[in-house]
Amino acid sequence: MKIGVVRFPGSNCDRDVYKVIKLAGGEVEYVWWNKNDFSYLDGVVIPGGFSYGDYLRAGAIASITPVVEGIKSLVKEEKPVLGICNGAQILAEVGLVPGVFTVNENSKFICQWENLKIKTNRTPFTKNFKKNELIKMPIAHAEGRYFNQDIDLLRDQDQIVVQFADKNPNGSLEAVTGVCDESGLVCAIMPHPERASNELLGSDHGLNFFKGML
Amino acid sequence: MNRIICGYSLMVIYMKYNVEVRIALKKGMLNPETSTIERALDLLGYEVENTNGYNTLTFQMEGENRSEIKKKVEDMCQRLLTNPVIHDHEIDVK
Repeated sequence: MKIGVVRFPGSNCDRDVYKVIKLAGGEVEYVWWNKNDFSYLDGVVIPGGFSYGDYLRAGAIASITPVVEGIKSLVKEEKPVLGICNGAQILAEVGLVPGVFTVNENSKFICQWENLKIKTNRTPFTKNFKKNELIKMPIAHAEGRYFNQDIDLLRDQDQIVVQFADKNPNGSLEAVTGVCDESGLVCAIMPHPERASNELLGSDHGLNFFKGML
Repeated sequence: MNRIICGYSLMVIYMKYNVEVRIALKKGMLNPETSTIERALDLLGYEVENTNGYNTLTFQMEGENRSEIKKKVEDMCQRLLTNPVIHDHEIDVK
């Protein structure tokens, strides 16, 4: 399995994600923002960072770059796509996952460990977890408050992937901090699994997201 | 200032228009920035409510007429300038 890690000007978690995919046992290569044909890959991860300086809205400028066309082609081929943090914001801007990640309730950049609950294990990324399993991963964002006009539909279609377990630090709707598309193959999560990939870092729960992808 | 360009083959007159796009969060959406401003005004002793903020973009564009420009700017709003899930927008072409 060869996984691509998408790089935009301003991505800053790309090298962490690259290393963790290797740690999980996968082959990996970087994919730049101006490439649109990478159908030889078996999946992609859009890492966190501040693509295009978060100008306009986080993820807005990245959502119209050529690499998005390549990602849409992978989705058509039913290959897994994971967006982490800024990657999640980009997937929401593109419309590959429903809703939007917008400015935190308290307007602040929040960087801390959070207890999270896995709400569905039908996605490749969460298949190694049990439903409602509690895990620990860090968040680091200023624009991570999830909003959607129809949260009931999302719940009915089993598209809520991760929820904050014991508090709602950014004011997200129903504490949702990870969603997927109808198929479950495109997943957007605000917490950073790559920063929770070794017990030395405080948790290794995040490694399962990448193992599940391979 | 309006500029007139005449092409030899088509003889279409292009005008330069001033465009203003105002983008606001939909009614009922929490706006952390304006609610902080409202609280700060309260600290100064001013009681205000329903504070709203706009992001304004201004630019110039050449086109045949106002409605053609407005159509293009509407398209820009749908594709990039706004996120229709959370934003409303108004367009002024002068």
